[in-house]
Amino acid sequence: MKDELLKIEKLEVIYKTSEETVQAVNGIDIVLNKGETLGLVGETGAGKTTTALSIMRLLPERTGKVLSGNVTFEGENIFELSDEDMRMKIRGERIAMIFQDPMTALNPVMTVGDQISEAIYYHSEKTNAAGIAARVDKVLELVGISPSRKNEYPHQFSGGMKQRVVIAIALACEPVLLIADEPTTALDVTIQAQVLEMMGELRDRLGTAMIMITHDLGVVAQICDKVAVMYAGEIIESGNMEDIFVSKEHHPYTEGLFGAIPDLASEAKRLSPITGLMPDPSRLPQGCNFQERCSHCMEICTKKNPETYVNGTHKISCFLFKNKEDRGDGDEKK
Amino acid sequence: MYNAISCNIMLVGRFGGGVLVIKYVTKRLLLLIPILIGVAFLIFTIMEFTPGDPAVKILGIEAPQEAVEQLREQLGLNRPFAVRFFDYIYKIVTRLDFGMSWRTKNPVFMDIIPRIPVSATLAFLGIAFATLFGIPLGVLSAVKQYSKSDNVLRVVSTILVAVPTFWLAMLLILAFSSYLAWLPAGGVHSYVGYIMPVITCGGPYGSAILRITRSTMLEEIRQDYVRTARAKGVPNNIIIYKHALQNALLPVITTIGQNFGAILGGSVVAESVFSLPGIGSLVILGIKSKDTPTVIASVLLIAFFFAIVMLAVDLMYAFIDPRIKAKYFKAE
Repeated sequence: MKDELLKIEKLEVIYKTSEETVQAVNGIDIVLNKGETLGLVGETGAGKTTTALSIMRLLPERTGKVLSGNVTFEGENIFELSDEDMRMKIRGERIAMIFQDPMTALNPVMTVGDQISEAIYYHSEKTNAAGIAARVDKVLELVGISPSRKNEYPHQFSGGMKQRVVIAIALACEPVLLIADEPTTALDVTIQAQVLEMMGELRDRLGTAMIMITHDLGVVAQICDKVAVMYAGEIIESGNMEDIFVSKEHHPYTEGLFGAIPDLASEAKRLSPITGLMPDPSRLPQGCNFQERCSHCMEICTKKNPETYVNGTHKISCFLFKNKEDRGDGDEKK
Repeated sequence: MYNAISCNIMLVGRFGGGVLVIKYVTKRLLLLIPILIGVAFLIFTIMEFTPGDPAVKILGIEAPQEAVEQLREQLGLNRPFAVRFFDYIYKIVTRLDFGMSWRTKNPVFMDIIPRIPVSATLAFLGIAFATLFGIPLGVLSAVKQYSKSDNVLRVVSTILVAVPTFWLAMLLILAFSSYLAWLPAGGVHSYVGYIMPVITCGGPYGSAILRITRSTMLEEIRQDYVRTARAKGVPNNIIIYKHALQNALLPVITTIGQNFGAILGGSVVAESVFSLPGIGSLVILGIKSKDTPTVIASVLLIAFFFAIVMLAVDLMYAFIDPRIKAKYFKAE
């Protein structure tokens, strides 16, 4: 299972309007192997969705622009494919995407059956109506919806059921890579658990690789193999599950994220949120992007971009660890 | 093939529950009665308050006083306003009698009916022309927002919406009849005669349709479901014409319906400039000669058609948007 499926190198994406240029993604690297699930974690505006849309080449045409970097999928450079190849071979066929808000992600005037069969129809060579209908039934069953409901419209479904339809659309052509952009954010907690469990099962059954975009570390713990934490368009920490959930060494931002989760084992009156806001992505500071909110901020952090500290699979972009290596002392934290 | 199949499913799925549709239509048609009585009252009152004595108009200003008095008595003009109005409504309800034209002495519908085909042809061709250029160009304008073609279309459509109909009509006559001599300046002896009136009527309405199509399409192509469709690899033109346009159609159809009604009754200017014998020019004639029965009956007819068109528009809503159908034709 070590076949490399997706490789993102030094990806930089901006949104350019007449007023400002927003640096949404600033040189990120991601490697995903076949069948693996990567959790892409970060708060709103960190560039998670932008990264996903860049892979699909679905950035808003007028404003969104890939400045530099490469996305290689199954050995092919996504940015060099023709529009027609992109549509026919990649979108919906090899890479599928699940969107954040199931309430608006479906076309309100088409039956859900038609919306699913479209995905199949536009990726099959010969059109065989009966065959397509059978596949629609199959994929609906797969996500736990009775095929008898395929002639209903989205407004006749509840939120959780709509998200299942969105997932069914994504799975219709059995993609190799599934990008799930906060698939459970718009759902309530009980439905969240159901949908996540179902996605996990489907992934295991179909062997699909997955990028799970979320700001919920609980979701990551439940379903992912690898984690990348994004902050202001950069990946500031990445590693496998042990590196993130067991290891004691963390980027201060990741620590903040964990500090903001209620812990059942310890009693606390208040959660400790990360103070302050993410820097304005149209005016990123010199040096480390997290400096203003970081309690460990040093002089060097305001001058130079942090270097990446590597420990096996665990990567952290922070000067704290650089210093520690140099000084060789063990516990410097708090 | 796939499209045909899905289309069939849609048709069956959408107009199931036929009994409910019939019930709804009946209700709407019954509602028409008070509306038409109201329209009749308004026109009756307006005609009452406009200056001029119908009897004098009919006989001429030099007619002797006794003759005028006699005619007034004969037409029932000496009775009080309310009595005349209720008498008018009573005759319509009991005998479908809309009165006689004071000008031609014919029952009013004998004057009106031969004119319906002319007005109806003009209205249908006008709205067809307006829709056929309004919707595709509106879509083009939205899809290629801020491009050269969009800018040209926006400027031209703004001008066309703003231009007075009579001016456009005269300009067309000047260019195509006087100067180039390609088209007749008036009359409907052949269908060629309809070309310029249709352009005159359809141009401004088509521009209105273009503009509303553009703005709703701009909204729709930024919706999440369009992104979903792109993510599943649907070709661009299908996304635009099948997904986005169908969602954008509601306000567009409302505009088309309203414009259809407006062309039906309001092509007065085009009908007089191009001397078409339609209902619009009959109304003008009736107003000029204070022929109240003709005016009221013509306006009632136009109001009736307008209401029918709006009913058709509302039914189209249910056809296009299943959410509206679910709301009004529930429980299948």
